[in-house]
Amino acid sequence: MERDDLIVNESYALNAKHDEVAGKQIRKKLYAVTILLTVITIIEVFMGVAFKRNGTFAWEAIKLSFLILTLVKAAYIVLIFMHLGEERKNLKYVVLLPYALFIMYLIFIGLYEGVSVQEGHNIFG
Amino acid sequence: MSGQAEHVTKDELWGGNRSPFSVSYGKMMMWFFLVSDALTFGGLLTAYGVIRHGSSELWPVGEQVFEALPGLHGSYPLVYVALMTFILIISSVTMVLAVEAGHRMDKKGVVKWLGLTIIGGFFFLSSQAWEWSHFIHGSGGGFQINQPLTVIAADDAGDTYQIALDNGSWVHMSSDFGHKYEHAMEASEEPVAHDDHAGHGEHVASETHEDISTMVPDEIILNKYTLEHKDGKDLRKLVVKGDEAKKIWAAMEPGSMAFGANMQKNEYAIQQQYANFFFFVTGFHGFHVFSGVLINIIVWLMAVKGIFEKRGHYEMIEKIGLYWHFVDLVWVFVFTFFYLI
Repeated sequence: MERDDLIVNESYALNAKHDEVAGKQIRKKLYAVTILLTVITIIEVFMGVAFKRNGTFAWEAIKLSFLILTLVKAAYIVLIFMHLGEERKNLKYVVLLPYALFIMYLIFIGLYEGVSVQEGHNIFG
Repeated sequence: MSGQAEHVTKDELWGGNRSPFSVSYGKMMMWFFLVSDALTFGGLLTAYGVIRHGSSELWPVGEQVFEALPGLHGSYPLVYVALMTFILIISSVTMVLAVEAGHRMDKKGVVKWLGLTIIGGFFFLSSQAWEWSHFIHGSGGGFQINQPLTVIAADDAGDTYQIALDNGSWVHMSSDFGHKYEHAMEASEEPVAHDDHAGHGEHVASETHEDISTMVPDEIILNKYTLEHKDGKDLRKLVVKGDEAKKIWAAMEPGSMAFGANMQKNEYAIQQQYANFFFFVTGFHGFHVFSGVLINIIVWLMAVKGIFEKRGHYEMIEKIGLYWHFVDLVWVFVFTFFYLI
């Protein structure tokens, strides 16, 4: 069987090794992202506990900001920790576009369904 | 980092012999697997959203359900899950440091950081085990009432409200009374087979429980896990005391009592989907973490043996790293949808 884990030429990103100096710089960036993710999590928990869930516009805004903060966290994990930001453009699109397309459709159709079920409860009890 | 092949034209690139994505086969397949796995989790979380939006009953609030810490009494909303999230983020960081060490061909660094990642994974798994056991065990139990009632209830600040409870409303016991009642109930269901212990006075004494037919709670809690709002105020954890509590107790629907949660019954909500989604989604995620830890251990052993050093690169760390970060990524979303919103 032909082995597929061997590096046959220079075209693989993983073949790019770096030295200690470059490593120091990369680690600095990683620590910064760590602190950012931790701070966002603390802010989220604080918001979840501190604000009233009284169905007003303010609470709806808080809910929306939970979603935004979550997406920010997700973006940092995918682009920095998973190195997708450093991959070639075509790999990025092959991974992100189909997923975004499917999941946006799924969320749209799902929430539409859920809301109309709720309306059904309101009308028919 | 991706620009090693600038001298190659596009036609050449897609013509073969070279990876057009500048990644190896294994890494690309890991990405494709993760896309499909992410669709599975996206589907589960969307299904959760559908059920929650379509629910005609109040949905439990994360910060009221998850407020316990191991070994402590009192209310610490969301602290424990925040800790779990933090553990998983940190293990993600140690993993990315292992990948970085791999790029420097630093075997010692890889072994150290990957080892710490495995320890982080174990910490997360045991935290989840505790959380599940607490969720299954419950904190006091609840029951349904079988007639409409109007009672006086007080909130934390001491404000009193007149609350009209519908037929079928879900009410809760305090955790002290609930646990006592649960043990007494279990004891009364057990066949009486302790005759041979009759001589051991102490032993028998420790096993006797109150007669459940005479047990009456001092207080009943309304909206223990859910909340309603009225005039801009959150009505949650309202306490009903004394005779009013006895009135609710007398209206208990026989057989409706639930302690903790299982696949048929749960104390957190009238609808069972809440507990089932919790079990399925966090369980499925936990299983991913579990397999991640196993894979990490295997690769760690390979790194210790020096297999990757012989191979000339530490790409395997990158591949399992992708999986491990993905597990962290899913948890970020589970955290938001199950605990925060």
